[in-house]
Amino acid sequence: MDFLARIWRHEESRAVVIQILVILAVFGSFGWLISNLVTNFAALNKNFGFDFLSQPAGYDINQTLVEYTNRSSHLRAAFVGLLNTFLVAVFGIILATIMGVILGIIRLSNNWLARNVTYWYIEFTRNVPILLHILLWHGIIINTLPRPKNAYNFGDISFLTNRGFYVPEPIAETGIAAVYLAVVAAIVFAVFFKRHAKKLQAETGRQLPVFGVNLAVLIAVPALAFVVSGSPVSFEYPVLKGFNFKGGMHLLPEFVALTFALAIYTAAFIAENVRAGILAIHKGQREAAEALGLRPGRVMSLVILPQARRVIIPPLTSQYLNLTKNSSLAIAIGYMDLVATLGGITLNQTGREIETMLLVMGMYLIISLSISMAMNWYNSSVKLVDR
Amino acid sequence: MADKQTYAPGSHPDLPPPPGTIGIVGWLRTNLFSSVNNTILSLITIYFLYWLIQSVAGWFVLDAVVDASSRAECREIDSGACWAVITKRIGQFVYGFYPHAERWRPNVAFVLLFVAVAPLLYPKTPMRRQLLWFSAAYPFVAYFLICGGILGLPEVGTNTFGGFMLTMIVGVTGISASLPLGIALSLGRQSRLLSVRVISIAFIEFMRGVPLITLLFVASTMLNYFLPPGTTFNLLLRVLIMVTFFASAYIAEVIRGGIQAIPKGQYEAADAMGLNYWQTTRLVTLPQALKISIPGIVNTFIGLYKDTTLVVVIGLLDPLGIGRAALADAKWNGLSTETYLFVALFFFVSCFAMSRYSLWLENRLSTEHK
Repeated sequence: MDFLARIWRHEESRAVVIQILVILAVFGSFGWLISNLVTNFAALNKNFGFDFLSQPAGYDINQTLVEYTNRSSHLRAAFVGLLNTFLVAVFGIILATIMGVILGIIRLSNNWLARNVTYWYIEFTRNVPILLHILLWHGIIINTLPRPKNAYNFGDISFLTNRGFYVPEPIAETGIAAVYLAVVAAIVFAVFFKRHAKKLQAETGRQLPVFGVNLAVLIAVPALAFVVSGSPVSFEYPVLKGFNFKGGMHLLPEFVALTFALAIYTAAFIAENVRAGILAIHKGQREAAEALGLRPGRVMSLVILPQARRVIIPPLTSQYLNLTKNSSLAIAIGYMDLVATLGGITLNQTGREIETMLLVMGMYLIISLSISMAMNWYNSSVKLVDR
Repeated sequence: MADKQTYAPGSHPDLPPPPGTIGIVGWLRTNLFSSVNNTILSLITIYFLYWLIQSVAGWFVLDAVVDASSRAECREIDSGACWAVITKRIGQFVYGFYPHAERWRPNVAFVLLFVAVAPLLYPKTPMRRQLLWFSAAYPFVAYFLICGGILGLPEVGTNTFGGFMLTMIVGVTGISASLPLGIALSLGRQSRLLSVRVISIAFIEFMRGVPLITLLFVASTMLNYFLPPGTTFNLLLRVLIMVTFFASAYIAEVIRGGIQAIPKGQYEAADAMGLNYWQTTRLVTLPQALKISIPGIVNTFIGLYKDTTLVVVIGLLDPLGIGRAALADAKWNGLSTETYLFVALFFFVSCFAMSRYSLWLENRLSTEHK
């Protein structure tokens, strides 16, 4: 007894004792849960395994980016779902960033009216649950847009209906490679030209019209290649046949509603991050830049934004992460993402709750952890170096 | 000339400000029409507002129908929004299927909630010390009030809970249970003991890495596999546990930010005073860390409160669930915009109030020069 008391009083040995107790407690409770699982599985005649993934899925998916039929395997179905998750996330992130940056800048404008309208818009958007946004937009598309027969018609090539949006589908023909090549070449040129201009300015002080030249090159070169190679893109237009449109690209109402809702919701948060980032830059920086005689645009692009970027990027990344995780709410409106395929229909058909949920959670964990690792790496690369 | 009067330096009476810089005209000029770009922006905004008011106000209010018994009847009366879908079921939207005769009980619990949180949120509350005891007892009071089963209150099953009442229950329970767990996790993450630190980090990163909806699926479909055979477990309780775990990971990160913001001198001073780990934590670390993380905690709470809507996916009847049930009724089919806007308005009002509170608190706690 006296010996135990002595161990407890000694700080380092106490630390060891506590750690052993914690590890025992954690492993003990895990062991308990797993032994329960084994007992329950034995009672229900179930076994644990991932062999169900290779069996045919037997259900259809209404939006497939890769080839898939209902005879494909469950694994394939999960892959299709994962791609659908990525599709929504990528489009949502692009839209949300554009909208968020614009809103954030208007929020700081000296125009009273625009500033306040934006303020109330942002407050309303971000204080309403994301699920509600999704259901609201889905409901609006399904219930208030017209049937295909009286679709909103945009020049006979694009149509808005309650069954989704129909737009022309570009079809690549032979010779398209030249255009791709031209795009790559133009981008490479733009990057090098910008570097050259920067070096020139640093050495001689001469400024080149970088933006104008690059813009012209980026537009003109691919356009030239397009014409020279004989317009190697044709469009397939949607046509009304019977009760619905055929042909063209069909954007499902679920996809449109989900992307739009995620983008609008996240944009409100991004706007606040952008605003906070710009406000975080000390007033003296702007004043010094103005005292040097820089024009307002240059003050923003050369002094404020490079510093604000350091403040904005970390919360921005976590907004991207939130958007990706929120896309799992797709199941509420029947968009077939990872949760709806693997964690929804596959789960119900095979009865493999544990295996499917493990896979779904593992997938999201991989996405989350890799994004936050990238974020940490970026953070350390732009951090101010204390000397 | 007669009016060419001379003044001694400094004795000239103040001239009025130039016209157009004061009053309404001056305000309009500086705030709306100070430059060409600004004028264009103002005109666009004014046009947008005009369009919004003209097209939406009529639908919302002027042409709206408040009392009707089905969608078809609404359409016969007027062309605007059919709010009847809400007014006919307002009781369900607030209480779910909680028995009519007992609805005073959640009402009392709701009022008492404000009495319980006032001393926590507003430091100048009169009789704060005494009220804090009530705050500590509130969870039990509310539980017995709402679930009943003692003191002659009839028992009410949790499967009848729904509507905004369910939102409040999940939100308030989630945040008050996750706060202690979150504090423990944040301390664990900073611990010198390797095993404690690793376990805390693993828990936090796992909870933050997966969507809440997958955790709710786990609660609803497979939690039973992990419990001894024959255990039955209330679905609401399972959801509350998962929501608590989820929120505690976020709270832990907020509090960790608070702990890291404490200057090193504080710990050195505590060490110099001879305080041990728990004394330092209780008397030095936590009081300061919690104080600076209150705004973050409130923001986490707003997020959690909004996330309570996800319980609809596993079949609990929160306001969204009630709304979807109403829409599934053939009489009200297709009125999704009205239903969801109503629920959205409820969430907007409560979340906006909370975010204003958090802003007020941030200003009050900030010691920066203005």
